[in-house]
Amino acid sequence: MGAQKKTFIVTRFDPDKDSVPRKEKYEIPVEPHWKVLDAVNYIKDEVDSTLSHRCSCRMAVCGSCGMSVNGEAKLTCKTALSDYGDTVEIAPLANFPIVRDLVVELEAFIEKFQKVKPWIIRDDVNDIAAGPYKQSVEELNVIKQFSMCINCMLCYAACPQIGLNPDFIGPAALALAHRYNEDSRDRGADERRDILLGVGGTYDCTFANECSEVCPKDVDPAIAIQREKFLGLIHWARNFVSPKKGGR
Amino acid sequence: MDVVQHDIIIVGGGGAGLRAAIAAVEADPKISVALVSKVYPMRSHTVSAEGGAAAVARSDDSLELHGYDTVKGSDFLGDQDVIQYFVEHAPKELTRLEHWGCPWSRNEDGTVATRAFGGMTTKRTWYAADKVGFHMLHTLFQTSMKYDRIVRYDEHFVTKLLVDGGAVHGVVSLDIRTGALKTIRGRAVVLCTGGAGKIFPFTTNGTIKTGDGMSLAYREGVALKDMEFIQYHPTGLPGTGILITEATRGEGGFLRDKDGVRFLVERDYGLGKKAELGPRDMISRAIHQEIKAGRGCVGPYGEYVNLDLTHLGEAKINERLPFVRLLSKTYVGVDPVKEPIPIRPVVHYMMGGIDVDITGATKIAGLYAAGETACASLNGANRLGSNSLTECLVFGARSGEEALRYAKNAGSANEAVLQEQAKTEVARIESLRGRKKGGERISVIRRELNQAMENGCGVYREQKTMQTAVAEVAQLKGRFADLGLQDESKVFNTELINALELGNMLDCAEAVTVSSASRKESRGAHACADYPNRDDQNYLYHTLCYFGAAGPRLDKKAVTLGKWQPEERKY
Ligand SMILES: Cc1cc2nc3c(=O)[nH]c(=O)nc-3n(C[C@H](O)[C@H](O)[C@H](O)COP(=O)(O)OP(=O)(O)OC[C@H]3O[C@@H](n4cnc5c(N)ncnc54)[C@H](O)[C@@H]3O)c2cc1C
Ligand code: FES
Repeated sequence: MGAQKKTFIVTRFDPDKDSVPRKEKYEIPVEPHWKVLDAVNYIKDEVDSTLSHRCSCRMAVCGSCGMSVNGEAKLTCKTALSDYGDTVEIAPLANFPIVRDLVVELEAFIEKFQKVKPWIIRDDVNDIAAGPYKQSVEELNVIKQFSMCINCMLCYAACPQIGLNPDFIGPAALALAHRYNEDSRDRGADERRDILLGVGGTYDCTFANECSEVCPKDVDPAIAIQREKFLGLIHWARNFVSPKKGGR
Repeated sequence: MDVVQHDIIIVGGGGAGLRAAIAAVEADPKISVALVSKVYPMRSHTVSAEGGAAAVARSDDSLELHGYDTVKGSDFLGDQDVIQYFVEHAPKELTRLEHWGCPWSRNEDGTVATRAFGGMTTKRTWYAADKVGFHMLHTLFQTSMKYDRIVRYDEHFVTKLLVDGGAVHGVVSLDIRTGALKTIRGRAVVLCTGGAGKIFPFTTNGTIKTGDGMSLAYREGVALKDMEFIQYHPTGLPGTGILITEATRGEGGFLRDKDGVRFLVERDYGLGKKAELGPRDMISRAIHQEIKAGRGCVGPYGEYVNLDLTHLGEAKINERLPFVRLLSKTYVGVDPVKEPIPIRPVVHYMMGGIDVDITGATKIAGLYAAGETACASLNGANRLGSNSLTECLVFGARSGEEALRYAKNAGSANEAVLQEQAKTEVARIESLRGRKKGGERISVIRRELNQAMENGCGVYREQKTMQTAVAEVAQLKGRFADLGLQDESKVFNTELINALELGNMLDCAEAVTVSSASRKESRGAHACADYPNRDDQNYLYHTLCYFGAAGPRLDKKAVTLGKWQPEERKY
């Protein structure tokens, strides 16, 4: 019995040479247990060493290997090749500028990410002698799901709003802001509010829910964003009823 | 060529590098730190750590006990002053991570929960379910974003250290995105570049773990220390080598042979009552022997034994080991709630690395190292699980602070010499990129290197096979010089990166094989079939391996003992 073969149609783009992306076809032998990433690695190692892509952990946790597989955003080291037919199309993630081949530009995301202040904000953060803060199991459970994001960017590739409005902070970064706002140890919600409720913030989300469907870690950014909207509303209402001194 | 200037340069954005960078800017808010990493920091392999980080936290525990466990685990090759410093600072460092938002798992009363781990007397391993490295790395990365004095050079690959007059003055770095080479000047450099597991074929390590920092230091005359000690983790998934954390056994999992027998309990492997909670070197050898005796199971990816979690129940597995469940289902098609997980020993961690002292300093002034790439001799001949993440924090912080202290008084450099070095380095990289004339291929050399390492430096080693590996690595180094490359593009040229990494891997492999062959005893992870006993008379020392154009040179360094004298290592 000969090894099974599959054909891969892979997007190639080298800005040194190409004005627009092109497609290249590779027919290679595949193993039954392979993930999509194994095939891409095989092409790189054995067929065409000029192909560029990102990957590292191959265990679905470093977030490097997101690609578009037959038009859907996938974490390729977690996606079984056997789910696909004889021909598989592999392209860079949608909604991002292409740097080269399957590698996309992440700088804009990193800036948005930093913008939401994803760190604990409180005055005694460096008072180590006081020992660890207490946090109940219930309090931990509130943030658990939202702290699982591996920054794989699949949600940005799937989000219809990002495609239309590049200023939208986007699902992963907004979910992260929610994760810190909801952390029982954090006191920074006021500092993050303008960013979350301003231009590009939570109100730009149309709740298409694509982000949550595509997330390989079940983070559910769509819900995080809805909750932030709700919390923003409550804050607004409270301030409206009894404005604090210096409050917005 | 672009030249940028910072006070301190940290190479590596994993646990150690991020901690070093934060420590430096917190110690002096005026300085500027360059954080250079070949991948975005959150992709660093620290992300894959599952089980936990050790630090004394409970009232039934003590620093003394953590110290003794670590010394004994190291098979008495750990330096006891370093171990003392480590256990003292470990609780503070993990508390710091807690303050920065790390979502540690909790006890009912809201305190941080701890779990049992191999070779540890009591529960002292802090955990965040079974994604500890992931949570620690993201917490550190996100916290680092607070400081605009940490200037990141993401996806920049350091190719050379600039050293003159016995002191380091910067690095040459390749911007992977544009292909441009830069000189990054700084008065101190901290290497936090991680391990080199990828020199082996079957490893828990990701693609990026190619020992770059070890090679950078080695090439400048710094010794690689104790490189013969390669940790085989007992429980890797056959085929991929993906890790199934020791926390599975910490939470009560059993190892069973093909007939369901708990061999660590039923047969004498020197583990006594510790059984599944013994240290990794001894359990990996036990599995190896079980398989050799025909008591392993046979699968499509070779022989294996079973890790049985079925008695833990679905609720506990979901709460404490959700990632293990996902990994088993996704990568071997086994649900551990219902069936045992097939596992076999897998290359995991390097005890050895860049020779540094307790401050992280190398013998080159201003050059420091921390994390897995460094060998401060905390781990000796065998690391205890969960000491390494904590090591990244304790010695990352220390080396960041020490680098700062040094940088404040560092002397000036001979500019002409450094410019000349940088120019030579640029020429080297430019001529390698897309160099068509060679006849050798990266993937072929890498595969042969992997095979040589597995044959020569496995769970059990023999003089003959180690010597063969020494010769094979030397021969591969020769062939590497004739590498042919296809990709001429400047933009995101991963072929060029892979070629540079392969060169670094060959340096590490050279040090591993030569050091291994020189140690004619069995200690910790270095188990020689022809010298089965530990020999304190002749081998209670650290091996130093120096680079030489004509081949490596070996030397020795004394072990720092203290209150614990070497004794038979039995559990
Ligand atoms: C699967 C797995 C599970 C583990 N589980 C545990 C555990 O539960 N507990 C525990 O204590 N330990 C565990 N370990 C060990 C521990 O995770 C590692 O030893 C530790 O995370 C290493 O951290 P580091 O900062 O030294 O290196 P890394 O996290 O590997 O980071 C290295 C950094 O250096 C950068 N770099 C490398 N080369 C270059 C270059 N040439 N130029 C620029 N940048 C470069 C990389 O980009 C990266 O940012 C585990 C290891 C593995 C593989
Ligand atoms: S390679 Fe790390 S997530 Fe796929």
